Amino acid sequence: MTDGTGRSAAIWEDALRAADLIAVDPDGLGGCVLRAGAGPVRDAWLIRLRSVLPAGAPVLRAPCDVGDGELLGGLDLSATLAGGRSVAQRGLLARSHGGVLVVAMAERLARTPAAHIAAALDAGEVVAERDGMTIHSDARLAVIALDEGLPEDDRPPAVLRERTAFDLDLRALSHRDLAVALPVRSADDMRAARSRLASIQGPDSLIEVLCATCAALGVGSVRAPLLAMKVARASAALAGRESITDEDAALAARLVIAPRALHLPASDAPDEDAAAPEPPPQDQDREPVPDQPENDKGEVRTLDDTVLEAALAALPPGLLAQLQANAQRLRAGQTGKVGEAQNTVRRGRPIGARRGDPRSGVRLDLLHTLRAAAPWQRLRRQAIAGDRAHPTIAVRRDDFRIKRFRDRKQTTTIFVVDASGSTALERLGEAKGAVELLLADCYVRRDEVALIAFRGTGADILLPPTRSLHRAKKELAALPGGGGTPLAAGIMAAGLMADEVRRKGRTPTLVMITDGRANVTREGVGGRAQAMDEAAMAARSIRAQGLRTLLVDNSNRPEPRAGQLAVEMGATYLPLPRASSRMISDAVRSSAAAQPVAAR
Amino acid sequence: MARPFPFTAIVGQDEMKRALLVAAVDATLGGVLIFGDRGTGKSTAVRALAQLLPPMKAVEGCPYHCDPSRPAGACPQCNGATKGKLASVLMPVPVVDLPLGATEDRVVGALDIERALAHGEKAFEPGLLARAHRGFLYIDEVNLLEDHLVDLLLDVAASGENVVEREGLSVRHPARFVLVGSGNPEEGELRPQLLDRFGLSVDVRTPTDIALRVEAVKRRDAFDRDPEAFCADFAADEERLRKKLTAAKKLVPTIEVEDDTRRRVAELCVALGTDGLRGELTLLRAARSVAALERSSLATMAHVKAIAMPALRHRLRRNPLDEVGSSVRIERALAEVLN
Repeated sequence: MTDGTGRSAAIWEDALRAADLIAVDPDGLGGCVLRAGAGPVRDAWLIRLRSVLPAGAPVLRAPCDVGDGELLGGLDLSATLAGGRSVAQRGLLARSHGGVLVVAMAERLARTPAAHIAAALDAGEVVAERDGMTIHSDARLAVIALDEGLPEDDRPPAVLRERTAFDLDLRALSHRDLAVALPVRSADDMRAARSRLASIQGPDSLIEVLCATCAALGVGSVRAPLLAMKVARASAALAGRESITDEDAALAARLVIAPRALHLPASDAPDEDAAAPEPPPQDQDREPVPDQPENDKGEVRTLDDTVLEAALAALPPGLLAQLQANAQRLRAGQTGKVGEAQNTVRRGRPIGARRGDPRSGVRLDLLHTLRAAAPWQRLRRQAIAGDRAHPTIAVRRDDFRIKRFRDRKQTTTIFVVDASGSTALERLGEAKGAVELLLADCYVRRDEVALIAFRGTGADILLPPTRSLHRAKKELAALPGGGGTPLAAGIMAAGLMADEVRRKGRTPTLVMITDGRANVTREGVGGRAQAMDEAAMAARSIRAQGLRTLLVDNSNRPEPRAGQLAVEMGATYLPLPRASSRMISDAVRSSAAAQPVAAR
Repeated sequence: MARPFPFTAIVGQDEMKRALLVAAVDATLGGVLIFGDRGTGKSTAVRALAQLLPPMKAVEGCPYHCDPSRPAGACPQCNGATKGKLASVLMPVPVVDLPLGATEDRVVGALDIERALAHGEKAFEPGLLARAHRGFLYIDEVNLLEDHLVDLLLDVAASGENVVEREGLSVRHPARFVLVGSGNPEEGELRPQLLDRFGLSVDVRTPTDIALRVEAVKRRDAFDRDPEAFCADFAADEERLRKKLTAAKKLVPTIEVEDDTRRRVAELCVALGTDGLRGELTLLRAARSVAALERSSLATMAHVKAIAMPALRHRLRRNPLDEVGSSVRIERALAEVLN
């Protein structure tokens, strides 16, 4: 047996254990995210889960584009039409009460249904205010978010990952790894475990240890230690114990805390024990005990060591870089994505209907209109009974529903070009070419382009945001170059313009073309050191704005100062010596395409 | 329905708790917006506040639970009746959830279908806005609220009145409520118009202090295991805070502000460049509520300082080239004005 299969076996064993734990305390643990392609592995896991759930517990499935009505409940159209009065229908959440709701392709679940599911997990009930009814129903359930996990960045909504105890990654497994199986658990075993759950005792220090472990791994939310605590308890109950042991705690750390880790303890503060699990404050006297964890196997191992080590061991090797990337993505926030989503009534992906007048170019949603009219049919027919030619379905203006769509916001690409020094003319020429190439296909993408150049003592807006190729060509025709490099001024002008663009409801993208060698300050006087400092500060403000930025370094060989600037700006760094117009415009386009498209 | 977590048992998050209490003392402040990290107890705090509010007097049988002592702002029904005739009852202050995905007719109210079918009469069935009148309207994930509902809310919040014209029915009823919204900024930004509506805005962060975090987790865990016993432990604290809140509500109209304090608040707002006078007015009123909660008859700069952050944070003009956060700017300006 190779090391790889050993690891696979361990992953599978943990996954099965997670299924058992969910079955012991479904609404306490909230369920899990299951990352695996459709196939025998995922099916085997779901079969296991079904087998340990109480008999008759519902296991329902929701598609990723599940509508509010389906999820929360609402008007039962056929019953309403037949009965002539409004009949309520319970939604998926309410019907999953006491069992499990499986969300298919959860990585594509939109925010609104995710928020509904999260609310049900929090409150243990659903409240729907829909279609003229208020429906209160119990909804204590576990959610299994199936994550096909193809693109690395597309994950199920954070609100769900936050509230489900486990994040299982079974992508590496194949059906050959499924040979290992945990002992079969009978319905009696499970019932016993569930009844034991309420009386499980744990060491008082466990919560402290779990919190410290979370802190050491950069896990901020207090839900993580809470869920870990519940997992430890369920694990003890499952093993038939009356109290939580180190083993349960280690399992909880491995399955709950490790997948949420944002950084390794050492990477954060190597000098101090702030990163290691801090002993609870009242236990000051434990500090002087000679050496702590590491290879000290003979000594009494404290619980917090066990727990942190369990969490650390569960992190695959070489993960550090990815963790840091995780953290950076989190900090960068979500703004600045190319084409943020916005709701419209004219075009885009349909996202439902609202009351409204189907005039002025908006589109009538026939189905929802009929739905709105349905409860009134008997009454309206009575009202017009005298009229012989009464219509089969009476639709009034109040019933009209119009379609709503979600659309990408349009993008404005702002070019910021270093027009200083000797290479200025060439650089400007290429930037102009790139602007024209991007404009050429902007008719299709409905994008705008702007151009800012900096040279001499300051920055100039050469081309305000425009979609007109003609105008751009005219204004770009004669541009001067040469002089010093007021980098900070250029960056600041770009920042201001980006803010304006955003205020107009468009998404700005910056493309800087420079070698990063600033030598003129914001006041327009020479001074390399101060100019560089100012440029770095301006760059940081760009990052704070959360702008999507591409920095094209066009010096002859990659210039470290430009690379540094890109880091400060949070920009994608692209060394392109002798960049041509075509190369720049291709780079801009591909970096735009690389963006994960949200809400699709 | 599940029992909410006691307000007094919430660990830390002092700014959020203070802002909620201040908004409860003075319902005209414009409510609270709570933005922050996941798992920091945003909705827990709002639901906990509901338990804390002292009961209010309302006209018996009135669907809008009008205030019997103030027929002027009441619904057409109560307004028509002479003052003596209105029987009043004590009822809990409504804290109404506006769930995401609520349809428009449930929010503003609609024709009562059952009555229309059964009796052939057109009757208005009040919606969530009517239910929230004189109470709180809570919107979790407020930044995900549909645009057309936001427009509707802005309209009603500005006029204090809900007008429904539907199927030949025309209804106009008062709808004055404290708007409380919460959300996670990572999920999306809030529309500026809606942001402006909130009197106070709070940033909640995960506590970095391990001891605080441990205590928070411990309490939540204890609560999850046995809500009844846990709430009983905090019953006395809750009662004390409820009394404090009741007293503050009575006291707040009488609280004085010295001219010097007014001048300094104005200086603070000028220094920060807040748009319009709303920031200034809100800050002064909020400071009065803080003073009332502390049973002081005079609102001083100490009270201003205690609530300046939530009152001004969302009103600063965003300067893209200033990398300092708004909190730091407010702190600096406060330090300058205080010296």
